Amino acid sequence: MKPAVFSYQSPRTLDEVFGELAEHGSDARVLAGGQSLIRLMNARTETPGVLVDINRIPGLDEVTVEDGVVRIGALVRQRTSEVSPVIREHTPVFSEAGAEVAHVSVRERGTVVGSIAFADPCAELPTALVALDGEIVARSTRGERVIPAEQMFLGPYRTALAEDEMAVEARLPALPTGRTGSAFLEITRRHGELPVCGVASILRLDDDGQITEARISVGAVGDRPQRARAAESALLGRTTDPEVWREAGELAAREIEPRPTVHGSSAYRRHLASVVTRRSLSRAAARALEGAHHV
Amino acid sequence: MSDKQRITVTVNDQEHDLLVEPRTLALDLLRDELRLTGTHAGCEQGVCGACTILVDGKITRACLMFAVQLDGCSVETVESLGSPDGTMHPIQRAFSENHGLQCGFCTPGMLMVTQELLRREPRPDAETARAAIAGNHCRCTGYQHIVASVCAAGRAMSEAEHQHVDRQDVEHQGARA
Ligand SMILES: Cc1cc2nc3c(=O)[nH]c(=O)nc-3n(C[C@H](O)[C@H](O)[C@H](O)COP(=O)(O)OP(=O)(O)OC[C@H]3O[C@@H](n4cnc5c(N)ncnc54)[C@H](O)[C@@H]3O)c2cc1C
Ligand code: FES
Ligand code: FES
Repeated sequence: MKPAVFSYQSPRTLDEVFGELAEHGSDARVLAGGQSLIRLMNARTETPGVLVDINRIPGLDEVTVEDGVVRIGALVRQRTSEVSPVIREHTPVFSEAGAEVAHVSVRERGTVVGSIAFADPCAELPTALVALDGEIVARSTRGERVIPAEQMFLGPYRTALAEDEMAVEARLPALPTGRTGSAFLEITRRHGELPVCGVASILRLDDDGQITEARISVGAVGDRPQRARAAESALLGRTTDPEVWREAGELAAREIEPRPTVHGSSAYRRHLASVVTRRSLSRAAARALEGAHHV
Repeated sequence: MSDKQRITVTVNDQEHDLLVEPRTLALDLLRDELRLTGTHAGCEQGVCGACTILVDGKITRACLMFAVQLDGCSVETVESLGSPDGTMHPIQRAFSENHGLQCGFCTPGMLMVTQELLRREPRPDAETARAAIAGNHCRCTGYQHIVASVCAAGRAMSEAEHQHVDRQDVEHQGARA
């Protein structure tokens, strides 16, 4: 099997990347980890004329934290992110979701930002990004803009990135300290596969154990990761109780429009959304009650 | 448009200066150009792990990387394990002794995964071994014997290491006496 002919560019600076993308538009693709793109090129589902390999650009492989925001460069591998102490400390739900992506051999090369740019509706990291109110920094010859996670994903494999833009960084605001807990939970058909349903949730409690903040992001069920806003609002002011998680799960399942696939009917996916949301909230609450905000 | 590009790549300690077409996969470079057919082509879409090699020591699927991307890299394939005279590497011996293979199609990938694992974790338990091979498919063995082989290879190699150290100690003491 061989990909169709393409011209290969391996620039050493971001400006060269932006130049190539501006010149070739929809005929060009950024090559990051290649764990999705090369697979599609092998099958000739993707036949870009120009491949812009960003792997030789220095400075893109760093995880930093600044003013309470974790920054993940475009070449940070999924494996690096998963085991990063900085990410584990500030945004543990991102580490937990990252550990569920594929297998180590894929995570060693696949990038965090590449997974976000690819926008598979089932992918774990976009689901966690949406729960964390993360952002994507997009750059081109026209300048830079910051895209909030919820506006990034438009549908299966469709993002707000323009043809000439490269995603240079993902930003994750750190979770508040104190009684905050988070959890990522998923159902897969086989270990290491994309989930049929994945839910990232974040809960914050006050001293009386009342919920002061709730965030729920449901992935894989709909055509993109989505926040379950009605369920989130219904949780505010409530206490941690199995009945509360069950109600929230049912609300979440009702507000996400499921997409039928070969891996399950709409009804089944809706059911999963309810169950996985319930379990994810219950785990996040247990962690919040422990007081620590670790995974 | 598809001009060939010059790359320098070290494969199993041997340096190669090559001209490659950009669309050539690392897998095809190894198999078709360098005739290292130990690296197997299975699914060619990243799923099966039969094509697993080490690139700069990291586990890599050769079907999901282009040959041009190997420029300046050091590659290890399954051919780095055995000796030309037929002497098996301890990992290969452990697979042979523990029924870690039947048809052998998945074996090169399993061996390279084991090689990488044992460098990080010399004495893996069954659970660690299972996690390490989780991305590699085997249609024959049912995996149990592969897990046993990985653990046995770890034991054999670390015991050999200790014996080597002990022998050095003995020789050292002998020289002093
Ligand atoms: C066997 C297997 C199992 C997998 N299982 C899972 C799984 O369970 N969960 C999961 O989430 N993923 C899974 N994946 C996909 C994997 O996570 C990919 O690494 C990821 O989808 C893409 O990241 P990448 O760095 O490899 O990007 P690439 O494959 O290089 O690129 C993917 C797409 O994104 C674009 N792109 C990449 N980076 C940028 C950027 N910085 N700016 C703009 N566009 C960009 C590319 O042009 C391309 O269109 C699996 C892959 C394999 C092979
Ligand atoms: S041939 Fe590369 S993973 Fe199957
Ligand atoms: S031995 Fe036949 S596939 Fe593993």
